[in-house]
Amino acid sequence: MSRPAKGIPEPRRRHLGLAAAAGSDTARGTRHGDGRDAFALAWADAVVGTSYVSMSRTEVEEHLRGLTDRLAEALFTEPFTADAARQVGAAMVGAHFTGTETLNRTIALVADELPLRLGLDRSTPWRLSALQGALAAGYAEALRQRTLDEQEAISQAVFVARDQAEQALRVSEARFRAVFAEAAIGMGIADMDGNILDANASLLDMFGYSLEELTRRNVRDFMHAEDAASVWRLYDELVSGQRDHFRVEKRFERSDGEVIWTHLTASLIRDDEGRPTYQVAMIEDVTDRHLLQDRLRYQALHDPLTGLPNRALFLERLAEAFDSAAEEDRIGLCYLDLDGFKVINDSLGHDVGDQLLVAVGQRLDACVSAPGRLVARIGGDEFIILMERSSSTRDVVAIADHVLAALEAPIRVREHELSISASIGLVERSIVGTTPADVMRDADITLYWAKADGKAKWALFDPERNAREVARFTLSTTMPAAIERGEFYLDYQPLVRLCDGQVVGAEALVRWHHPEFGLLAPDRFIGLAEETGQIVPLGRWVLRQACHQARLWQDRFGSRAPFISVNLAVRQSRDPGLVADVAKILADTGVEATRLQLELTESAIMGTADEPLDALRALSAMGVRIAIDDFGTGYSNLAYLRHLPVHELKIAGSFVEGLRASASDGSHVVDARIVGTLVSLAHALGLGVTAEGVETADQARRLDDIGCDSGQGWYYARPGPPERIDHILSDVR
Amino acid sequence: MDRPTWAPAGVDMERPSAARVYDYWLGGSHNFAADRMLAEQALRLVPDMPEITRANRAFLRRAVRYCLDQGIRQFLDLGSGIPTVGNVHEVAQQVAPETRVVYVDSDPVAVAHSRALLEGNDLTGVVHADATRVDDVLGAPQARRLLDPDQPLAVLMVALLHFVPDSADPAGMIARYRAAGAHGSHLVISHGTDVTGPDMGRAAVKELYERSTTPLCLREPADVTALFAGYELVEPGVVYLPQWRPEETDRPEPNPERFGMLAGVGRTP
Repeated sequence: MSRPAKGIPEPRRRHLGLAAAAGSDTARGTRHGDGRDAFALAWADAVVGTSYVSMSRTEVEEHLRGLTDRLAEALFTEPFTADAARQVGAAMVGAHFTGTETLNRTIALVADELPLRLGLDRSTPWRLSALQGALAAGYAEALRQRTLDEQEAISQAVFVARDQAEQALRVSEARFRAVFAEAAIGMGIADMDGNILDANASLLDMFGYSLEELTRRNVRDFMHAEDAASVWRLYDELVSGQRDHFRVEKRFERSDGEVIWTHLTASLIRDDEGRPTYQVAMIEDVTDRHLLQDRLRYQALHDPLTGLPNRALFLERLAEAFDSAAEEDRIGLCYLDLDGFKVINDSLGHDVGDQLLVAVGQRLDACVSAPGRLVARIGGDEFIILMERSSSTRDVVAIADHVLAALEAPIRVREHELSISASIGLVERSIVGTTPADVMRDADITLYWAKADGKAKWALFDPERNAREVARFTLSTTMPAAIERGEFYLDYQPLVRLCDGQVVGAEALVRWHHPEFGLLAPDRFIGLAEETGQIVPLGRWVLRQACHQARLWQDRFGSRAPFISVNLAVRQSRDPGLVADVAKILADTGVEATRLQLELTESAIMGTADEPLDALRALSAMGVRIAIDDFGTGYSNLAYLRHLPVHELKIAGSFVEGLRASASDGSHVVDARIVGTLVSLAHALGLGVTAEGVETADQARRLDDIGCDSGQGWYYARPGPPERIDHILSDVR
Repeated sequence: MDRPTWAPAGVDMERPSAARVYDYWLGGSHNFAADRMLAEQALRLVPDMPEITRANRAFLRRAVRYCLDQGIRQFLDLGSGIPTVGNVHEVAQQVAPETRVVYVDSDPVAVAHSRALLEGNDLTGVVHADATRVDDVLGAPQARRLLDPDQPLAVLMVALLHFVPDSADPAGMIARYRAAGAHGSHLVISHGTDVTGPDMGRAAVKELYERSTTPLCLREPADVTALFAGYELVEPGVVYLPQWRPEETDRPEPNPERFGMLAGVGRTP
């Protein structure tokens, strides 16, 4: 689309006019000015949009108007030279008319329009061709130069950018390198075959190798004999790409052979495709920490005074011995305790006591120490010796004898020559079927036995003795609850008047129906109950129960009802509440006091202080009968007998037994005389006599002959439920 | 693995760069075979591409002149690319020699070239940064030296934002640049759009760009208008490239949407 020259606005026309006036030939310039304007406009129309130039359309027109002038000058200047056209071509490129279509259209326009617009003589077409050629050449030359310049510039920019990037990379690498090199933690890099490629100063320092030495080695060279198996399993997983990192505690051997403890973190480095490429180890030397831990552990497991292993270490080793034992293995313990140590400690002071313990510890350690044996101080003056894999009980006995012998020589502490001995409890048995806790407990019990046996003795654990003691212990602890649970009951054995065979009384005998041990006779638990004091409540229960039964008989049989005879233990007889208890029970049950007989042993009545006698006198005053049980077996001060509040003597079964013997043996004659004397004596004192252990009719007859009042024994009836007495009494009626 | 910010990126000549492709379309030779290959591929799909880039360049020129007329004397050209003919400082300093211009580009080659070209021009500076990292740009020594926060500032985002995906929060980024200049600051945007034209090649071009260092994110006119939040759009608003304040001597463009580029200038009230 062309635009007529007259359409150009006024200011621009003036401007163009000024530009035209700048031409060399003012007259011709003016004459040809409009033509040049028209050509410039046509030129602008032709090239606009073919190249990018940083000009408005108006500026493009102005620029091309200037170039038109130069083309015109070239065309008309004599002698003709096309150089100006060459410069025009270069100027076009300079203004960034760099599109090839721009050149195409320009060349065409010069041919088609320039002669017309400038009134060029058709006779000189060669000038036009030369002008076109020069313009094209100048354009091409400038464009080539511009292209080269720009390529040079952009390449230069690439170099600079790359250089900066590389420099930044170097800085970055230097930074990483510094992190690697200066890190306090040891770092090493190896390839996937384990060849060490690089290591930092910390690692070299830690291992005591130069980098050259280290890079000649393989990661696997650093396997330590005592490494946990898991360490190298984890390593194998790492180098096979199965895991990306692991962290372990591991020992390394330095170049000087010293062992260091480390925290090792190993990581896998993968390339962009995820393939394992390198392995990186970060190693922290924790040897000091480890030594401290070792020391702390040592302190935690050793007795600071003697330096011997302490209870904790002993128990640990004992548990280990059990864990690692084979089925046929045996184990032995010697648990020893110094005799009379407390006296030394109290009289000579703790310091001397401590020194003594140190010396004993040394002697024990010296005479026992061997592989598989451990001497530990368990606490106070107690030591223990562990024998792993003992072959038989003889081993521990030998050790015990050895220890007792080693302690025989006096121990000198300062100016004191101290003689010391020890009691030793021994346990030796097969590992199978026992536990560390079992052997410890049994050793403790056995030591107690040894102590009870006297000084400088050893005792060997005896399972039967232990079982008995355990049973006793169990009984004593379960007795109170057993009374409440009604595990006790009473059997009754008739007391029979010898002259006519009438049942006149019944002895109450306590039984314990134990849920675990079954039926227990009094000899299994009465002594125990006396020891523990349980006899008082148990006796009270028996008395109440017996009186209750007496009341039943009293109600049923009236004057024919048997009196009740209840055994009173020694401890009971000394119980201050005895009289009140008896009175209350009699009152509660409504039994007449004369229907109650209390049986005491000789030792309970005689050779004791006055208090029990006072109680017996009080009971006697109430009307309660007092019998001496098992008369003749203890120390019987017959002369004293008459001062006692006693109504009945029960002659021990051992005398009665003699009455049964055959006539060929003369002993029965002796026994008969003794019994006769006793009966006479008793009667002289106004006491009744009951014979115990009557087993035959012959015995019964002889006793009757002798004048004995009553009899008791299997001949009449064994102890049994109260109903049996009921039967006897009913039958008689 | 993410590269830490203080670890450098390499210079990879094998990947085309948007700045050098643009230069090629403008008829420049600041480019390499990889750039030209991409540029030629795009040309087969959108033959108008050189014309579009020229029109974009012409818009930049008109917009800078407009800002100068409004009294703006400091420019921040984000995504300035390869300095071709008609750089902002050339256009501006021709009119007002005291005008200060800061060029910003993330392409290390474009930056190196710009620095070489601008050596000795104390009123210009080049910042190597990602335009979306506003703190990096405004905090750069050159920016701090040349830009006066108490003066109105023209921020140029010419053919830039279609390289900024929504996930990079262009609105937030624009807001922070808005705060960098005094009252009366300007925002200049030209932006690729894909709502118009029978030109099915554009999607393919977009795909081409995915392979370059700078993927393409075209926006609809309403979205481009929305980017001027906080600015008052000057006449004629957001329009196709040739429609924004054409020179009176420019031939009217009968089919301006074929350029596929929107343009607009906003001013802070």
